[in-house]
Amino acid sequence: MLAQEMTSEVVASSGWFLEHAWLIPVIPAIAFVLIIFFGKKMPMKGSELGVLSMLSSLVFSGGAAWQWIQRVNSVVDGAHEAVVEGAHHAAPYVQPVIHEWTWWQSGGFHFGIGQHIDGLALTLLVVVAFISSLVQIYSLEYLRGDRRYTHFFAALTLFSAGMLCMVLAPNMVQLILGWEIMGLCSFMLIGHWWEEEANSRAALKAFFTVRVGDMGLLIGTAILFFSANNWTQKNLGVSGFNISGLSAWAMSGEASHSALTWGAVALFIACIGKSGQFPLHTWLPDAMAGPTPVSSLLHSSTMVVAGVFLVARLYPIFWEGMKIGDTNINFIVLIGGITIVIAALLAFVQHDIKKVLAYSTVSQLGYMMMGLGAGAWLPAVFHIFTHAFFKACLFLSAGSVSHSGSHHSFDMKKDMGGLAKKMPITATTWIISTLALAGVFPLAGFFSKDEIIDNVGHNGYNAFMIVGLTGAFLTAAYMTRATYLTFFGEARGAAAGIHHDEHDEHAVVDTHTSHDTHVAVDPHDVHTDHGPHESPKLITVPLMILAALALTAGLSNATPFGESWERFKKYVEPGSEYVMVGSEMAPEHGAEVVEISAVSMSVTSEEEVAEEGCAVVAPEAGMVCYFPTISHAPFKWSKAALSLIIVAFGLVSSWLFCVQYYTRRNKRLVGLTERNKVLRGGYTFLWNKCYLDELYEKVIVHSIAHPIAKAAYWANQNILDGIVNGAGKVSRRVAGWVYRNIDQRVVDGAVNGSGAAARGTGGALRPVQSGKVNQYGALLFSAAAIGALILVIINT
Amino acid sequence: MLTTQFLLLGAVLFCIGVYGVLARKNAVMVLMSIELILNSVNINLLAFSVRHGSVDGNTFALYVIAIAAAEVGVGLAMVLLIYRNRRTIALDDLSEMKG
Repeated sequence: MLAQEMTSEVVASSGWFLEHAWLIPVIPAIAFVLIIFFGKKMPMKGSELGVLSMLSSLVFSGGAAWQWIQRVNSVVDGAHEAVVEGAHHAAPYVQPVIHEWTWWQSGGFHFGIGQHIDGLALTLLVVVAFISSLVQIYSLEYLRGDRRYTHFFAALTLFSAGMLCMVLAPNMVQLILGWEIMGLCSFMLIGHWWEEEANSRAALKAFFTVRVGDMGLLIGTAILFFSANNWTQKNLGVSGFNISGLSAWAMSGEASHSALTWGAVALFIACIGKSGQFPLHTWLPDAMAGPTPVSSLLHSSTMVVAGVFLVARLYPIFWEGMKIGDTNINFIVLIGGITIVIAALLAFVQHDIKKVLAYSTVSQLGYMMMGLGAGAWLPAVFHIFTHAFFKACLFLSAGSVSHSGSHHSFDMKKDMGGLAKKMPITATTWIISTLALAGVFPLAGFFSKDEIIDNVGHNGYNAFMIVGLTGAFLTAAYMTRATYLTFFGEARGAAAGIHHDEHDEHAVVDTHTSHDTHVAVDPHDVHTDHGPHESPKLITVPLMILAALALTAGLSNATPFGESWERFKKYVEPGSEYVMVGSEMAPEHGAEVVEISAVSMSVTSEEEVAEEGCAVVAPEAGMVCYFPTISHAPFKWSKAALSLIIVAFGLVSSWLFCVQYYTRRNKRLVGLTERNKVLRGGYTFLWNKCYLDELYEKVIVHSIAHPIAKAAYWANQNILDGIVNGAGKVSRRVAGWVYRNIDQRVVDGAVNGSGAAARGTGGALRPVQSGKVNQYGALLFSAAAIGALILVIINT
Repeated sequence: MLTTQFLLLGAVLFCIGVYGVLARKNAVMVLMSIELILNSVNINLLAFSVRHGSVDGNTFALYVIAIAAAEVGVGLAMVLLIYRNRRTIALDDLSEMKG
């Protein structure tokens, strides 16, 4: 073990975009206000403001990302020069660009607002701004002529602003702020077409289900604040809300373990609600009631990713609180694993194309959570990045299909099929994204999902590696089913040109689905050509851009091609190095000098787990850690081949099944769920969404709300009414007595008496009112003179 | 001393003014007497200002002059209107307010 201590002075470059990254959420927030006040008077009804603000946020975050890359390069190169040849050392910790201003203060305590820019924040900033821009452009066409067009864009813009605000939060307070803005906007957007009751119910369900989890966020923040505040104030001079302060506290080895555990559990409950993990995932499929662009934004880069982001952001707390490094099963990984499988199974029984995608999102979020829970931080974050592109593409393709192909229906079995010929661009982008989601070799999903599975196994969570592989098989299979039903086989319903005369009939046919139609003024109903056709450019261009990214985004961290391809590892993963406390107080502007001390790092190769380092050995006095040392699984083609074979098996077997089942109507397969008892039981179980909705609404809500209502009714009838009635009787008697004695004698006597007294006084004073001004003046002056006299007497 | 004499002057002027207000029948003379009262107050203010060596009194006196100008404007306008209606400005005749 080479115990060498070195201190290198490295100039970490900074730049305008990095220093002013706080502008990124501020721009859409301002745009929101402008749209609300002036949107309706603008030529494009305010949508241009939304699109412009998102595009400028994208430019700003792109600039910041570019400057961050240069900053990391300058630090890493500087650190490399300082390292003695041959000695392996921990990845250097690149100081995030943190600015914090007082937002409000209460009792001498300052609540900050500002920015905390590092690789993780920038990844999300770029992705959110990018997807939001594309979704807004897409919505220009998709919602054309909607009755609440302006409000839609306002809410969409505020929604993105909320996510961006959360992503750059330097402390828990701002994080909660962004989190709640998103909760509110998701309610507004899911219930955008609230005239239909199903939609407003879905919006309420989303809001309240997430709210259940949000209690965890508040409780967890409070637990962490009260346990960490003293330590962070003493050692770092920041409050217990500060995210880097909390990270350092969790890694310091001085943190109380029970506080860490309970804090982590509470925060993770918030993530379960927000990120749609089992068992609070039920709101997510219902959220499909919103317009398709909303589903796309909600399910790719914002809202549901917020929970995953929270875990990734406060990773040291979860690492220490859940003992991720030492166990092979914990709360996070367990929830993630269950979610993967259950959501993937549920995706098989859906008729609504968007619900398939919704369950797919839930399942993929399960992958991210499982990765984080098993110590695969980088692949999980990378999966957020790649998943955003192909899932946004899938949702927008589904929207394109309903917009131009299936007459606003989302029912795959009734109104789709055979659309590949009619809508070639949409079909191509859909299929590319499906393959990317399934994880076929050079597409985006392969690099991220496979890395998660690989690292989960590498870190000793073997059982969950098998769960991950099962999930990969299921994903490939249910996506193939959806693809087949939508784009291949025979055309059915609206896709075949059959139209429902009445929209109402349509609603009766599939009551379980919530579709995007029934906007009162729907200009698409006046199409001369009613058959399926390709969507206009405003829809297809965003699709093509996203499909291109679904193809290539995986290459930004392509582990199989060697270390030079692992850009995410270099630029996004925080270094796990011990940092001297003094270097915290970085200068406000310009280049700053960061003292980086790499202390006694043993010689480790990539294959071995690091013997020392953050999370293994607590930092010495005066040093802090911001991130645990995480080992990375080496890439092996043999393991990748296994998962690729599983995926291929899923794709092919599902395809063959679909051909047999849906097109050839194979006698042995059709009606199998009716004949076979076990299969029927499974199907019914899944069809009823594992009875979770029944559990929540019938059992929990009923058992809590019903007795309360009953007790309240009893109390109302017996106690309150008794009091009221008794009070009424008593007061009537009292009133009678009062009328006879007090009112008639005392009050009337007083009134009459005062009238008589006033008349007498008036008569007595009458001579004074002579009407002569001089006399009035004399009275005035004499009164003043008497007053002056009294004053003089008193003062002497 | 000097300030005492100024204060005495102010007091004398005040008394003359009060006498004028009470004894005169002519409305214009009453207004003039009110001016005397106000100016006696001004003299008082200036005298105390000198004694305390501050400019507060001077400033206040300026305000009083401005207000007095406005007040006499209003008063004369009223007198003019009364004259137009009744061809007299003798206050003894204006006794409609008798109770």
